[in-house]
Amino acid sequence: MTAAPKSSSAAVARGPATFDRDLRGIVDTVLRLAKSFGVAETEVHVDETISALTRFANNAIHQNVAEHTVSVSLRTQIEQRTARVTTNRTDEDSLRAAIEATLSLASSQPKNSNLLAMPGMQKYRTVNRYAKQTAALTPEDRARAVRRACDLAVKRGQNAAGIFSCAQSQSAIGNSRGLLATYRDTHAVFSVTIQEGTAASWAKENAANVGQIDTQQLVRRASEKAHRAKDALELSPGRYTVILEPAAVLDLVGFLFYDFAATALQDQRSCFNDRLGKQLFGKNITIEDNVYHPLQLGAPYDGEGIPRQRVLLVNRGVPTNLVYSRSSAKAAKKRPTGHGFVLPNEYGEAPMNLVFSGGKASLQEMIASTGRGLLVTRLWYIREVDPYEKIMTGMTRDGLFLIEKGQVVSAVRNFRFNQSILEMLRNVELMGPAVRATGEEAFEMVVPAMKVRDFHFSEATKF
Amino acid sequence: MYDLASLALDTARIRRASYSDVRVMHLRQRDLTTKNGRVGTLVQSESIGLGIRVLADGAWGFASTDRLTREGVAACAAQAVSIAKASARAKREDVVMAPENAYVDSWQSPFRKDPFELPLETQLALLLSADAEMRRVKGVTLTETDMQFRKIDSWFASSIGSRIHQRKVITGCGLVATSFQGDEIQKRSYPNSFGGQHALQGYELVESLDLLKHAPVIAEEAVALHAAAQCPQKSGTLILGGSQLGLQIHESIGHPIELDRVLGQEANFAGTSFLTLDQLNNLRYASDIVNVVADARLEHGPGLGTFAYDDEGVPAQCTDIIKSGQFRGYLSNRETAHLIGLNRSSGTMRTESWNRLPIIRMTNVSLQPGTWTFEDLLADTDDGVLMETNRSWSIDDRRYQFQFSTEIGWEIKGGRRGQMLKNPSYSGITTEFWNSCDAICNREHWTLWGTPNCGKGQPMQTMGTGHGASPSRFHNVRIGAAFSKQ
Repeated sequence: MTAAPKSSSAAVARGPATFDRDLRGIVDTVLRLAKSFGVAETEVHVDETISALTRFANNAIHQNVAEHTVSVSLRTQIEQRTARVTTNRTDEDSLRAAIEATLSLASSQPKNSNLLAMPGMQKYRTVNRYAKQTAALTPEDRARAVRRACDLAVKRGQNAAGIFSCAQSQSAIGNSRGLLATYRDTHAVFSVTIQEGTAASWAKENAANVGQIDTQQLVRRASEKAHRAKDALELSPGRYTVILEPAAVLDLVGFLFYDFAATALQDQRSCFNDRLGKQLFGKNITIEDNVYHPLQLGAPYDGEGIPRQRVLLVNRGVPTNLVYSRSSAKAAKKRPTGHGFVLPNEYGEAPMNLVFSGGKASLQEMIASTGRGLLVTRLWYIREVDPYEKIMTGMTRDGLFLIEKGQVVSAVRNFRFNQSILEMLRNVELMGPAVRATGEEAFEMVVPAMKVRDFHFSEATKF
Repeated sequence: MYDLASLALDTARIRRASYSDVRVMHLRQRDLTTKNGRVGTLVQSESIGLGIRVLADGAWGFASTDRLTREGVAACAAQAVSIAKASARAKREDVVMAPENAYVDSWQSPFRKDPFELPLETQLALLLSADAEMRRVKGVTLTETDMQFRKIDSWFASSIGSRIHQRKVITGCGLVATSFQGDEIQKRSYPNSFGGQHALQGYELVESLDLLKHAPVIAEEAVALHAAAQCPQKSGTLILGGSQLGLQIHESIGHPIELDRVLGQEANFAGTSFLTLDQLNNLRYASDIVNVVADARLEHGPGLGTFAYDDEGVPAQCTDIIKSGQFRGYLSNRETAHLIGLNRSSGTMRTESWNRLPIIRMTNVSLQPGTWTFEDLLADTDDGVLMETNRSWSIDDRRYQFQFSTEIGWEIKGGRRGQMLKNPSYSGITTEFWNSCDAICNREHWTLWGTPNCGKGQPMQTMGTGHGASPSRFHNVRIGAAFSKQ
């Protein structure tokens, strides 16, 4: 846990922007004002974010943006009624108006006998996810990296598109029962798509410390795969052994997030309804939620300020535990795990820091062990077709390759898949070491590459 | 607000920006939900701030701030100029903008009942009553309702002299009944899935939906789906209900015609488009009876893509997209219009908020009504499947191959609606699908549907778009592939 810095100078036109809001001061002000209204219980979240993103396409920067935002989100609770109001105005008059608005909203609804009193002071584990190097990144720094990416693409007769972004944020949560938690972090993302004719490939990484991202290595990887993606064969759809790179695994299994929520089971909309404790996946599948994992990011507390616990969700293929907010924990007679969303909400909670146990096989070993199969770079536009069997549909994108006799032999036109995640996690033959993966459909997670048999492709597209 | 906007423009000009535009925006939103007879979400939010886009050294820069003081705004404008100069380090050519006139105007979307001024108790009581009507049906295991209201004020100012204030009021409302039995979860929504219907209207939209009448109907259908026959796997005739067709238009016409996507500017995220520039006026996109427009004007209807001016200060327009089946037009902005031989933007630059850069967006991309009544369309169909209310949607990153599934379907046999079908789905290739359209229902069946959750851009922006559609028929469509095993 890091303390919120004291307020500093106003936003400047040159050099990196710095935090300039006293979050604890705003928390104290809201709690003091709410007390003057006679409010029984008040909770306040304050967030300050400074972010910038450079976007490039056709080997040139075409968008380049920066923002500096603050939000104050407060909830009052009185006589078993609660409501939330969020504003980005931090002067006392505006905060007073926001408190009055919550009281007006809250008083307009029936009492909720399930509403719990706010939690008191908590203890938190320290996490350090703030990197000065990321906070100090300038538009010129980003432009230089983009220029190098575009120069490489131009040299190889290719076309580069992508983003290079950086952000720093600080947040605080406090309530009238003495709870106070603060957190700050940084976040950098580099993503690149390289096109060569109608072929394309892609690479992306994110990290708290921008120094851990080798942007040119990502560009080279995408460039080489885009070159190999030319002259794609058209194969018949059907069931194939696939080797899913970590981004493909992430974007698919990310759709299991909400199913691990106790509230989803109480609502009977989870695929784990009537399946907890059963051998649902292969014995090589173990999944936990662990915000403290060294490859994870995020605050060590939830929307009510409850410390996040490490939770073993799937043990050797058996869904074993769920995550709980305070409310769902009370309903299930369990202890909250620190995964609740900001109240009020109807979804309860979700694990936000999934970590797969993974395996030891390298990507090359997986390819070498495959008689005939497909190597999948990433998946795209994934949507749920069947919520209980967890059948997902989507497309392969940016690099699908045929493997024969242990070698990548050709590019393949993209397929549509209709695949149950439950079935897929029963069919995992090999896994690589779990890595921090980033895609476009799910939160970042720590997942391995997977070799999966009988993956179902239903149709092919035109490229 | 114009004082701050002018200060930003002056600061940018002094720092040698050749063009700049500013949006000061104040956004207010209220969300109400219920679940299983209790209030779920009850939240309200507001956000106010300023974003400035500048052209300097031939390249773009954008910065935004919520510090609406003279110092905060001046610093923000200066930051935008320095970002533009950094952009110029990796430019290929200078940005050229199509000419546009300066406008001084003020516009408000028409509404009869301001949802923010009506008693919240009334709104919650209606949702809780609808929730109770659904829960009355045995077998329903989860009931959800929602209302969403937005009020957006924007003050646009540009260095060519425009000063435009617009106020929009947006309302959305919907119901969902879910039933879990055995090994199936089935769901029905009204009037549409994923939040219901959304429009540029006031509370009169909610009152027009007659929630209490429809709540038990969808609840009974959700339960009945468990016993329904599985949708067959075949190639055949498909009739789509209006809301599903609206999403089909969104994905397979609306997105491919975005000129930034066509030009590769979304290649890293949202994807590109099969509609390369050589296809304009040459591609047979659809059958002769298909006419599609992108129309942001109020006379098209109170859609989520309706406005008086876009966020680049260009007046709302109606653009032919598909005329008698031929591909006729793209969605463009001042920067890209000249690339398709136009001397003016089609007025489609839109931003989610003050802290986001305007990008090319759908307005109301609508299929013009045809001539059929729905009854005649069914009577004319000997063997087909009718599908209604979206359950899932997916399309490749060049917008060729799509697959949709819907919440419910019915067999059509001998011109009559037959048995209910569960888990319906269909798939195809965009131009093959639209060329198989042989019947479109008339204006009596036409609704301007709202899609409130269209994501695009980096950083991601969510935008509302409108899609007018009436039930329509398609031939030789692949049906049921989502549940195929081989």
